Amino acid sequence: MAEEITPPAATGAKEVAKPKLVATDAASHPWVMSLSAGVPGAVVASKTFAGQVTVTVAREKIADVARHLKQAEDFAYCVDVTAVDWKERAPRFDVVYHFYSFSKNDRIRVKCGAADGEDVPSIARVYLAANWCERETFDMFGIRFSGHPDLRRILTWEGFHGHPLRKDFPLEGIDTGAAIYPEEWPEGGGPGASDPNRKVVS
Amino acid sequence: MTDEKLSQAERDEAAYFAERAAAAGVGRPLSQGDTPPAPGEPPTLFDVQEMELNFGPQHPSTHGVLRIVLKVDGEKILEAIPDVGFLHRGTEKLFETETYPMGIPHTDRMDYVAAATNNHAFCLTIEKLLDVEVPRRAQLVRVILDELQRLSSHLVWLGTSGIDLGAVTPFWYAFREREQILDFFEEYCGARLTLNCMRIGGLPFDLTTGWVERLLEFVDDLPARIDDYEQLLTDNRIWKRRTVGIGVLTAAECVEYGLTGPLIRASGIEWDLRRAQPYECYDELDFAVPTRQNGDTYDRYIVRVQEMRQSVRILRQCLDRLEPGEIRGKVPRVIKPPAEEIYASIESPKGELGFYCVSNGSNRPYRMHCRPPSFINLQALPKMAKGHLISDLVALIGTIDIVLGEVDR
Repeated sequence: MAEEITPPAATGAKEVAKPKLVATDAASHPWVMSLSAGVPGAVVASKTFAGQVTVTVAREKIADVARHLKQAEDFAYCVDVTAVDWKERAPRFDVVYHFYSFSKNDRIRVKCGAADGEDVPSIARVYLAANWCERETFDMFGIRFSGHPDLRRILTWEGFHGHPLRKDFPLEGIDTGAAIYPEEWPEGGGPGASDPNRKVVS
Repeated sequence: MTDEKLSQAERDEAAYFAERAAAAGVGRPLSQGDTPPAPGEPPTLFDVQEMELNFGPQHPSTHGVLRIVLKVDGEKILEAIPDVGFLHRGTEKLFETETYPMGIPHTDRMDYVAAATNNHAFCLTIEKLLDVEVPRRAQLVRVILDELQRLSSHLVWLGTSGIDLGAVTPFWYAFREREQILDFFEEYCGARLTLNCMRIGGLPFDLTTGWVERLLEFVDDLPARIDDYEQLLTDNRIWKRRTVGIGVLTAAECVEYGLTGPLIRASGIEWDLRRAQPYECYDELDFAVPTRQNGDTYDRYIVRVQEMRQSVRILRQCLDRLEPGEIRGKVPRVIKPPAEEIYASIESPKGELGFYCVSNGSNRPYRMHCRPPSFINLQALPKMAKGHLISDLVALIGTIDIVLGEVDR
């Protein structure tokens, strides 16, 4: 695949090299200033890359941050909620939110770190749109959202063992024989329990 | 039957149903034909009979494998709970294990009736991360492919949602034109559905000889064909009875649920990413963003048909501007973006289709997340379906225009 994308043949005159995109600190950005003033102690770090503002906030303050962005800064539309698994890092996960403002015609990215097993306050009561996104994040990463109205698995089934988008979940999948009927077969048991090559992840 | 003759069990049952109905906020007022019970009179068994019903996953109108758990009273929906995930293939996990260009074919399988726009969003994200400029000819051809894809996706929607509501004829006309669009795709890239028709930094192939002329011919023909569909449906009394006032969403609700695409435009918000945050060469093209005010199924139909007409306009302009030139930008042989994160989105036929990419500087994405419009739009179904009949639910699933490959990924 990679060799298909060949650079076009040189066209005589040499062009001036474009400056490389670098991330810059965004502490003086109006939204970040508004956030630090509106929710004291929330902003941990901020940066701008390719015109996109990223604010890292404290995990406990995320619902307040969302409320502030929605009410004071007019970010009315919650685009997306997802997470990133940094397996070796502490805290292990980044929960990533994208908000869009119709009046500003721009997006803001808000992140908060969460260790394995830590609860993140749900924003599903601030933005209805976050409901399924948080369910998906819970399903895929095992991050629990406290205060979520209906935190169930959404893409995999109830009783599935493991969270597929974690980095330690094998790509080829796991034997889910036991997980379909958890009441009959405990995790790690099931029809293929004696198979030495079977992968079991919880 | 007097109260004395009712057994205790029957009385308990009646009380149970009355309580459930009250909890669901539905009761007597829903059946408009009969007289409401006098105040103080306990409801009888015939008032509310709640039943749980599986709608799908193999129901033909769910356009794939969508299961909806319905709580119904007779034909009236008290609650609709979508159950998704039957088509989950772990696409986001696959992205992480393969190099950036190898991810493009996987995007075809997400929204499989609009593969070109998926390819486009994926490539655009990585181009933004690499800070690569796409040559002008590639931009124009990308817009042409996008708009053809929008037409074909809307035609599938028109045909299938019509057939769901008993209008069989538009289906044949819509699929006749769609077939021609698929022929254009086949001639361009060899595939009809899973196109894989874009590359990071440009396009895989140049257009074949005669493609543009044939497309112009087709585009000139198309407005008359769209008139044909409109003649069959727009003023059709049966179609209007089935769609007007069904699944009404206000503008505020649309924003709250994060809806995008034709749904938000049918509720009166003029928001289209092609206009709001233009990508490629949309900023120099002249087109309108059709909107309607009522936010019901009928208005969403009108908005989509109008969008098809606008797509024809865009196609004409692009074909006029097409000039020979490069089709690939300056992309390194091995794609290793800087260790950063980026979000980019485009207006797909269904709404905002975005990709969030986290790179760690290697040749494969550390995390690639897709923001699928169908998944988010489907969240509004319980709200839209409440209080309607089961047959209207079929109209509502059609009007959201979901593709389950994209919902479940």
